[in-house]
Amino acid sequence: MNAAGLSALWSHWWRNKLQLATLLAGLALATALWSGVQAINSEARASYDAAAAVLGEGRFDQLVPASGDAIALETYVALRRAGWQVSPVVEGEIGVGGTRARIVGVDPLTAPGGSGTSVLTAPPEPQDFLGDGVIFAHPSVAEALTARVTQQVITDPGVAPDTALMDIGVAGQILDRSSLSRLIVWPEQPLGRGTLSEIAPELVRQGAQEGAEVGRLTDSFHLNLTAFGLLSFVVGLFIVHGTIGLAFEQRRGMVRTLRALGVPLNRLIALIALEMAGFAIVAGGIGVLMGYVIAAALLPDVAATLEGLYGAQISGALQLRPDWWLTGLGIAFAGTLIAASGALWRIAKMPLLASAGARAWSVASGRTRNLLGLSAVVFLATAAVLIAAGQGLLVAFAGLGALLFGAALALPALLDRALAIAERVAKGVRAQWFWSDTRQQVPGLSLALMALLLAAAANIGVSTMVSSFRLTFVDFLDQRLASDLYIQAEDAEQAARVEGFLEPRTSEIMPLLFVDTRLAAGSAELYGVRVGATYRENWGFLASTDAAWEQVAAGDAVVINEQMARRAGLWVNDELTIAPEVHLPIAGVFGDYGNPIGQAVISEALFLKLYPDIRPTRFGIRVADKDAARGALRDFGLNEPQIIDQQVIKDFSIGVFERTFTVTAALNILTLSVAGFAILTSLLTLAAIRVPQLAPAWAMGLTRADLGKLELLRAVILAALTMVLAIPLGLVLAWVLLAVVNVEAFGWRLPMFVFPLDYATLAGLGVLAAALAALWPARRLARTPPADLLKVFSNER
Amino acid sequence: MLLEVKNLTKSYAGPDGTVPVLRGVDLTLEAGETLALTGESGSGKSTLLHLVGGLDYADTGEIWMNGRDVARLDDAGRAELRRTKVGVIFQQFNLIPSMTVAANIAFHARLSDQNDAAREADLAHGLGLSEQLHKYPEQLSGGQQQRVAIARTLAARPALILADEPTGNLDEGTAAEVIDQMLALVAEAGSALMMVTHSMALAARMGRQLHLSQGQLT
Repeated sequence: MNAAGLSALWSHWWRNKLQLATLLAGLALATALWSGVQAINSEARASYDAAAAVLGEGRFDQLVPASGDAIALETYVALRRAGWQVSPVVEGEIGVGGTRARIVGVDPLTAPGGSGTSVLTAPPEPQDFLGDGVIFAHPSVAEALTARVTQQVITDPGVAPDTALMDIGVAGQILDRSSLSRLIVWPEQPLGRGTLSEIAPELVRQGAQEGAEVGRLTDSFHLNLTAFGLLSFVVGLFIVHGTIGLAFEQRRGMVRTLRALGVPLNRLIALIALEMAGFAIVAGGIGVLMGYVIAAALLPDVAATLEGLYGAQISGALQLRPDWWLTGLGIAFAGTLIAASGALWRIAKMPLLASAGARAWSVASGRTRNLLGLSAVVFLATAAVLIAAGQGLLVAFAGLGALLFGAALALPALLDRALAIAERVAKGVRAQWFWSDTRQQVPGLSLALMALLLAAAANIGVSTMVSSFRLTFVDFLDQRLASDLYIQAEDAEQAARVEGFLEPRTSEIMPLLFVDTRLAAGSAELYGVRVGATYRENWGFLASTDAAWEQVAAGDAVVINEQMARRAGLWVNDELTIAPEVHLPIAGVFGDYGNPIGQAVISEALFLKLYPDIRPTRFGIRVADKDAARGALRDFGLNEPQIIDQQVIKDFSIGVFERTFTVTAALNILTLSVAGFAILTSLLTLAAIRVPQLAPAWAMGLTRADLGKLELLRAVILAALTMVLAIPLGLVLAWVLLAVVNVEAFGWRLPMFVFPLDYATLAGLGVLAAALAALWPARRLARTPPADLLKVFSNER
Repeated sequence: MLLEVKNLTKSYAGPDGTVPVLRGVDLTLEAGETLALTGESGSGKSTLLHLVGGLDYADTGEIWMNGRDVARLDDAGRAELRRTKVGVIFQQFNLIPSMTVAANIAFHARLSDQNDAAREADLAHGLGLSEQLHKYPEQLSGGQQQRVAIARTLAARPALILADEPTGNLDEGTAAEVIDQMLALVAEAGSALMMVTHSMALAARMGRQLHLSQGQLT
């Protein structure tokens, strides 16, 4: 019975190969986009894990200084004597061969398992690592480091990118520091040890996840990518759902016959589920392979995005990881189950003696449309509540999802209303028939049009966000890179001589002093600046007092970036502790796009008072003639790489920015293509049902060519109406991305700009995609043999 | 006795309340016997046929077939009954459109693990379908499609064949031809036949005739 039943079910697909291809292609495309994005995420996370393991972040609690970046050796000894099981870490950055290398020193004798040397491909014996030992470096910095240090450098891909791992003593020598950076806390601690506040009140304990800043920051990017993948998957599911739904409607007669001939209902449902599982395996497998290709193509751009936005390093090459291809197959199964569940439910509930005739599968007819309209209202209301009152990135995305889903569900009703109005105002019987017939087609095309709506809205939303970001970013660069030349001295002594030399030759010198420290309970960079015309004229604030720079110049205030402000809940006039006993009011909050770290800016004088050992080695200068100034500095004895043209940096930064969003643009195009495919497949699968609907019009005098042209026009009109609705939806989506998601994900809010020409172009592309998709079915209709049209009127049909 | 129906009732929910269709029907059928069920439209002929075939559920009463009460069988039991004991021939043919004529003829027999290629070929020959075996149902005329449905039922060797106006969709000439072939093959197979028909002439060719009126046999 099973074999006979399966052969009957399979015969449907054998006779309807296009429908089968549509089903497999839809599922494969959906899986491909999802698993492609997941492959990228999986690869990137593996890189972070390597980094986190080297740095001891993520898995263990840590003790860090409440302010500043140094822990005295005595404090460490005191903690150990009091029974604390802690392991010291020294870290910092050095310049090697034109790049920066992260130096991490650990103590292998006290480091807990799973941190320090355990990440190495071949972990050394502690005695080989200690003392003058060896340095294990990532391939990206190993060669440059060899030229810089006297120790033996061993290349090890297990080390995080741009990082070198070594004994704590070696790191201390290279970084020229005797203090510790932080202490890793063992999970198991002896009872009865002294409290931290008694032994080391200047230290604070960070929870296991709090320190994993790279992971936390990049999580938001991955969530964005995942949301994109999910959206593409949903668009693909619309195709699969439509195709399966139509196939089930066409097989109603077969189902009735099979049951009448003695196939039990449960067995029939099991056989159909088995059939669907087979499709999921085939399409899922194809999808995972396609996903691998997509991921391999996009990964270099994703790597650029992460580096550009967060400074996070991931490998640009893709590895085949079991977790993502298993997830890909799993999602193909889940997608098929979701897409088929409605149809299986209808079969389970279908009376054996129900009408066997195939109906166009519809989501928007009669009661169903009203139900969908009601669901749309519920979803949109939920979206409004989540977006307006929700907290956190996941809630923001949930709100976004509810908004998109609600809008998609509302689409059939909105299109129906628009077409009803057109029908009412139409002049002439032919026009009236056209509009009423178009209205009749909305249910059958609903799923494809919903897919187009979602794809177009996502495209508009994301491109608005990216373009707004671009405009703001360029403006920001103009502010931040206002000086004409940037000078990097070799050391403080040379810096002092350069400053003396430049004094009479420039209109303004801006020495740059900075230190990595902790402010407002988070990592931060503290800058000391010489406030002059450049800062006053070019540095705008998101919010400030009337005379912010004057207050800063006088040493009476601090200005901070938006990231620190939002993270710490600070704003203008709040107080910030710069150092023990130094509390300053915040005079301004400035935009600092793309920087994950908090920044605070104080006057040069105050900075030097707090950090008397730090001398500036970098300057920005304003000059009337850049070339002349460059020549003079060369004559003075500076090398060419020490004199940096800010315009070059600006151009480079914009170049990096453009690359960083290539991945977004690529996913946009892919999603729109999938939506176009959905229209094509819907039209093709509906073509057979169209014949009985169009035959009466043909019989009454419309030529087959007329019918073909009208079919094309119908698809264009429906796509155009959908695109018109997609634009406001896309703008709402953009607003949510900029004003809600961006703040939750990145810590800063972007102003929103509108790009009407871009939207018009996209609408044109959407309509063109629909027209191209409709071309083939329309051509087939125009060539339908009259005999087929006549069959509609015979009793035998 | 192959079939015994006792005090069978069935009603449907209508817009104006419950509409009784069968009001206490009793009948018997011996193996190999042929029976015509006649009656005006809405008299309950098709409903009675569906209940006997386990396609629908009775309100009250009993339907005994080979010692089993069909009315008490669950969905799986009814499916087994249709697969192994009963063959149904519908007015609308109910062929599987995506399978060839040959596959359609063999289909019911395959479901009950009784397929016999030689018998299927004989039936196809007897019904004049030998040249059509590789075609699909949509490529056949109505008469040919009904012949395929008859061949499919007979190939499964059911003890009871239920035919619901099997020639209702055919012209008079074709109908007579199809009925001739069907009756000959049913007699040859030794199956019992219960046929719903409006045609008194066709009813007269059956071994027994029963008339249904307002849900009761007369």
